Amino acid sequence: METVNNLLFGVYPYIALSVLALGSILRFDREQYTWRSGSSQLLRRKQLVAGSVLFHLGILVIFVGHLVGLLTPIAVFEYFGVPHMAKQLLAMIAGGIAGVFGLMGALLLLHRRLFDARIRKTSSFADIAILALLTVQLCLGLATIPVSAQHLDGSEMVKFMTWAQGIFSFQGGAAAYVRDVSLVFKAHLLLGMTILLVFPFTRLVHMLSAPVWYLNRRGWQLVRTRRDMTQPKRR
Amino acid sequence: MSHTLDRLAFFKRKTELFSSGHGVLNDDDRTWEEAYRDRWRHDKIVRSTHGVNCTGSCSWKIYVKGGIVTWETQQTDYPRTRPDLPNHEPRGCARGASYSWYLYSANRVKYPLVRSRLLKLWREARAKLAPVAAWESIQRDPKKRDSYTKMRGAGGFVRANWDEVNEIIAAANAYTVRRYGPDRVFGFSPIPAMSMVSYAAGARYLQLLGGVCGSFYDWYCDLPPSSPQTWGEQTDVPESADWYNSGFLLLWGSNVPQTRTPDAHFYTEARYKGVKSAVICPDYSEASKFGDIWLAVKQGTDAALGMAFGHVILKEFHQDRQVPYFRDYLRKYSDMPMLVRLVKKDGYLIPERLLRASDFIGDMDEANNPDWKTVAIDETTGQVVVPLGSIGFRWGEDGKWNLEEKAANGAETRLRLGLKGAHDEVAGVGFPYFANSASNGFASTDHPDVLVRNVPVKRMQLKEGEAVVASVYDLFLANYGVDQGFGGDYMPTDFDDPQPYSPAWAEKITTVSRDKIIAVARGFATNAEKTNGKSMVIIGAAMNHWFHMDMNYRAVINMLVMCGCVGQSGGGWAHYVGQEKLRPQTGWAPIAFATDWAKPPRQQNGTSYFYAHTDQWRYETVSASELLSPTAPEGDWNVSLIDYNVRAERMGWLPSAPALETNSLEIARQAAEAGIDAKDYVARSLKDRSLKLSCMDPDNPVNWPRNMFVWRSNLLGSSGKGHEYFLKHLLGASHGVQGKDLGQTGKQKPKDVVWHDHAPEGKLDLLVTLDFRMSTTAVYSDVVLPTATWYEKHDLNTSDMHPFIHPLTAAVDPAWEARSDWAIFKGLAKTFSAVAPEVLGLEKDVVLTPIQHDTAGEMAQPFDVRDWYKGECEPIPGKTMSQVTVVERDYPNLYKRFTSLGPLLEKTGNGGKGIAWNTEHEVHALKDLNGRVTEKGISEGLARIETDIDAAEAIMMLAPETNGEVAVKSWRALEKQTGRKHDHLALPKEDEKIRFRDIVAQPRKIISSPTWSGIESEHVCYNAGYTNVHELIPWRTLTGRQQLYQDHLWMRAFGEGLCVYKPPVDLKTTWVKGEKSNGEAEIVLNFITPHQKWGIHSTYSDNLMMLTLNRGGPVVWLSETDARKVGIEDNDWVEVFNANGALTARAVVSQRMLEGTIFMYHAQEKIVNTPGSEITGQRGGIHNSVTRVVPKPTHMIGGYAQLAYGFNYYGTVGSNRDECVVVRKMKKIDWLEKKLSKKEAGQ
Repeated sequence: METVNNLLFGVYPYIALSVLALGSILRFDREQYTWRSGSSQLLRRKQLVAGSVLFHLGILVIFVGHLVGLLTPIAVFEYFGVPHMAKQLLAMIAGGIAGVFGLMGALLLLHRRLFDARIRKTSSFADIAILALLTVQLCLGLATIPVSAQHLDGSEMVKFMTWAQGIFSFQGGAAAYVRDVSLVFKAHLLLGMTILLVFPFTRLVHMLSAPVWYLNRRGWQLVRTRRDMTQPKRR
Repeated sequence: MSHTLDRLAFFKRKTELFSSGHGVLNDDDRTWEEAYRDRWRHDKIVRSTHGVNCTGSCSWKIYVKGGIVTWETQQTDYPRTRPDLPNHEPRGCARGASYSWYLYSANRVKYPLVRSRLLKLWREARAKLAPVAAWESIQRDPKKRDSYTKMRGAGGFVRANWDEVNEIIAAANAYTVRRYGPDRVFGFSPIPAMSMVSYAAGARYLQLLGGVCGSFYDWYCDLPPSSPQTWGEQTDVPESADWYNSGFLLLWGSNVPQTRTPDAHFYTEARYKGVKSAVICPDYSEASKFGDIWLAVKQGTDAALGMAFGHVILKEFHQDRQVPYFRDYLRKYSDMPMLVRLVKKDGYLIPERLLRASDFIGDMDEANNPDWKTVAIDETTGQVVVPLGSIGFRWGEDGKWNLEEKAANGAETRLRLGLKGAHDEVAGVGFPYFANSASNGFASTDHPDVLVRNVPVKRMQLKEGEAVVASVYDLFLANYGVDQGFGGDYMPTDFDDPQPYSPAWAEKITTVSRDKIIAVARGFATNAEKTNGKSMVIIGAAMNHWFHMDMNYRAVINMLVMCGCVGQSGGGWAHYVGQEKLRPQTGWAPIAFATDWAKPPRQQNGTSYFYAHTDQWRYETVSASELLSPTAPEGDWNVSLIDYNVRAERMGWLPSAPALETNSLEIARQAAEAGIDAKDYVARSLKDRSLKLSCMDPDNPVNWPRNMFVWRSNLLGSSGKGHEYFLKHLLGASHGVQGKDLGQTGKQKPKDVVWHDHAPEGKLDLLVTLDFRMSTTAVYSDVVLPTATWYEKHDLNTSDMHPFIHPLTAAVDPAWEARSDWAIFKGLAKTFSAVAPEVLGLEKDVVLTPIQHDTAGEMAQPFDVRDWYKGECEPIPGKTMSQVTVVERDYPNLYKRFTSLGPLLEKTGNGGKGIAWNTEHEVHALKDLNGRVTEKGISEGLARIETDIDAAEAIMMLAPETNGEVAVKSWRALEKQTGRKHDHLALPKEDEKIRFRDIVAQPRKIISSPTWSGIESEHVCYNAGYTNVHELIPWRTLTGRQQLYQDHLWMRAFGEGLCVYKPPVDLKTTWVKGEKSNGEAEIVLNFITPHQKWGIHSTYSDNLMMLTLNRGGPVVWLSETDARKVGIEDNDWVEVFNANGALTARAVVSQRMLEGTIFMYHAQEKIVNTPGSEITGQRGGIHNSVTRVVPKPTHMIGGYAQLAYGFNYYGTVGSNRDECVVVRKMKKIDWLEKKLSKKEAGQ
């Protein structure tokens, strides 16, 4: 039991993260033309706008929440005097609302992808699989809320934070922190890591190329020069 | 480098601003640009072109990448033109540029396909029987035969292999030849010029077999019979570059920018140069905007407009003021000075035939053909003379067939134009008038049937006694209503007097205002006067597809002749309708029709053939009495139209396939047994009625066409006039014919044709189609053979629009299991030779051919028309009936014959259009070039024709247009006939020989040849009639001049001696209106089928790009007014129907359209996006579903100089624009399909 736990929460995270990193780099380097969101909006707008907006709204809030919640060192919270209970409540309420948004969106999108003949015909296995995985993950995430509600002291959350930070700081035995948590949490964690694992093989890669610099653009016409720009311009 | 690493250097990234901060310079990676470079990178470029039915012959670069044809662009390496003439580029249109899509598209035919039920029957039978016996076992069992013929058009194809399909076809052919006769095997392929080797492949196979090739130019109604009527020439026109030399371009029913796109630049350039242009066209077409003036004529009334133009020109340029150039031209180059006999009828005189030398006592000293030499009066002496050049001089004597101003006795002569001043008296002559009744909303006037107008005449003493004669000129003027001071009935006093054929009169009929008519006529003639004839009429299908197209065209030709335009550079008649000039014709004909092995070939005029064999005659609604002239001479005229055709076939005027009820192989045997010459045997047996003509009983199973090949064509779809009748009677498939036949309606039945109460359905045993796409024809076939596309074969291509010969070259091998047409027919020939010995050996075949134009036979019956069948004369082959020839068929050696150049060329020489030359030298050169056959047998030592390139080399070696040596020989051969020097036209090019690889390197300009009436030179562009005018070579007509008066008995009977206006005919097919109501309002409109922007002429309309640019399926166009009347809105589904059938399409409602008409652009396939019809319950048809052909008796005339048969040259034409239809909105759009599965819906 101990070994299994260790493999799943001690070793598997590194596999998932390695594949995520290497896979993404390789794909970005070799397959630039596949680096895209693969939107099917041109084929059919129906259900897409509502589904996509709901889904992205929800999922982005959740994503940021997880990132901040899991990876912010506990000392920071303590320094600012944020009690774990408050943090957990925030996570449950904000996460719960965003989760419901996200799930509604995901269901709309999944329905569209499976039952619109035209979209179905043009979908790859990965397109359908990743949407299905995300939907299941959203359900699992929401299913953790009743479990969390049973201990509002935030101690469970601290376990996950310690585990996640342990993994990222290469501490041996991080798996032990989550050994005793509820099965729902374990499933949620595992699926989360699996999503990271398959990330480079799906359209999720579009996350890495959000056009944020556009907001701070200078000039309107971009010219890619052949000149070596490290050298001063010749007059 | 690595994209990821580049990103990591994000903060090191240097940028510079420029243009005040509006632009940013950075050094981002640019390797992605390679993707675009790769996109346009290719392995090779190959020269080829497109050939649906395009006259463009445009040079294209075909790009190949990784063994795949990827795209095409225009070539720009045509030989340059001379200074002050724009170059030929750019050539090529957007439609052609979309062609490469076909090669790998879903509707490509990839494998040989056979109807599955037929294949099952075949395999079953073949397991036990030899091939021919196996086929026989299927055909002899009506149940088996019906089981697959009834399924035509209903899908059910399975993939087969080449060996198996070849054996099926060969067995069917052999069985048919043995059982019924070789002339029951029929082949249809159009327009050889667009890929002449591919055409030749099928034709050669058929002719070696004894089969029949069907004509297309007349069937498509692209042949203007007025051209052979006037000039004795099929169609000869200026190249498009010559538009630039014109001073006045009249575009009449031709939409140059849309349908002659690659040539349109010459029109634009001419306009920049300052050329005046008028456009005549009922709708606001793309051409209309080019004109200085646009005349929106009521459709179908062009002849009325033309008559009014002629009236103005004659009045102002010939009568009130005489233009010396015009008068001189008429004197020298037209039949105007010739004398015509007048005879009495109902108290007035009517023009009869042209006087001949033989009418005079002593035959005017003419011993040779005095019956065929016309006469005129000499201006100075006032004596009757026999001017040189008439047809009588062409045959039987040398050196006098020319247009020098000389009489037969050698004296100089100047012919008198008109008898005014030299006349004995003035007589009332009756001219028929047809515009006093019209149907379907066409305008009419209330003039009498006959207009009696006064004409100056002379009295002359002839053999038969005293006769009254007039000159063509005076009759011509009187007919036009131009008064020379003699008066007459309804003679217009001025242009505002609405009497025939004044501008005011025409205004009523055509809706074009009189001032516009006068302005255009004056502009046209004034320019011609100032430039010596540089006024040109570019004329198109819009005028030629009417039943009375001859009147439309002759009105135009008259204008051109009275202004001296024909034969002048920058002037003349430019008819660009479905015609592609087969420039190396005389080199091609022996290969195509296998006359290197046996003569004559079996050729059939398409219209009469399909009219008879698709039983369209059984539904005839037009009777001859409606067409007859009030001035018709006495005669047995009131018979059915098919009776006229049968008479023409009987008298040897038109071909007849099949010819005789008895198998022609059998007749040869019987004749040999009886020990008489086959000729006499046939004539004798016909006379005693022991031998029967097939044409008199087309529904008798022994006379059915049995096997049919269709290649390079969509015969049943775009070319199937009377489509639903084809389906019903020829194929036996489900159909949408609504009307009842003459048996059911009780109307007048034919007199000479056997009537069967039950019309046959499913005459064909086997329909084989070769195509690269699944066309409408392919869908209805029994066997579909996958053929090479235009980028997958070697071939030759020429055009009338430019003087270059151009190749098709194989950019890639034929995809999947496709083969080139040459390879397919060669393979079939091989299998046939293996299969044939089961029932066929070396056979003798009796071939009946009509009296041919450009042979001495064209002088058959000079005066009256006598029918041997009615006992009016003896049946004399070649004179009063068809020619009869015995031909040897070597069936087991058909393949050897197919693949070698036969011995007949060396023995009998080569030639064409009445000119013959020795060609031994070329045959020897071919043996050296192509190599000699080494295999033992009949072809050993002969020149090889193994490959398509071999065939191309043979064509180019033999033709004067591509071999300078032959050109010189042919001009010298003509010199003998004319007695004048012509070889200077080719001598500078005597050493030039154009080979296949030469034209692959660059299109080559052809060499001047007497086959054509224009020349290739550095000084003038190609223009028709040029050598007639400048070299004084006579036109190949009765008078040797441009024949404006048609004096044949049948012409006079139908009132077409002189040009008149005849309103469109009433085809009586719209009685179905309201019969099967769906509750929507219905409207009757005139159905017009012009050429479209999204297909014609260089790709098909089922091309995805074209469908995307148009509306993705069939459409019809109608005016806003008509649409409003019946509640149709743009893009509504409408149904268009009449007694012939029904079609479904979306409506395009446009202000461009003229009220009262509906356009359905030609050749929109019914296989794409076509819902079911509420009328027929079948899938909505194709544009031809509402048409039916009506043959015109004047097109059947034969054996009479220019009115003599030639393949695609003369004969009935399939007109279709007089047709009216009922249009209504559809209520229920039924796709006749089961619900789509999920998977199908996704596609």
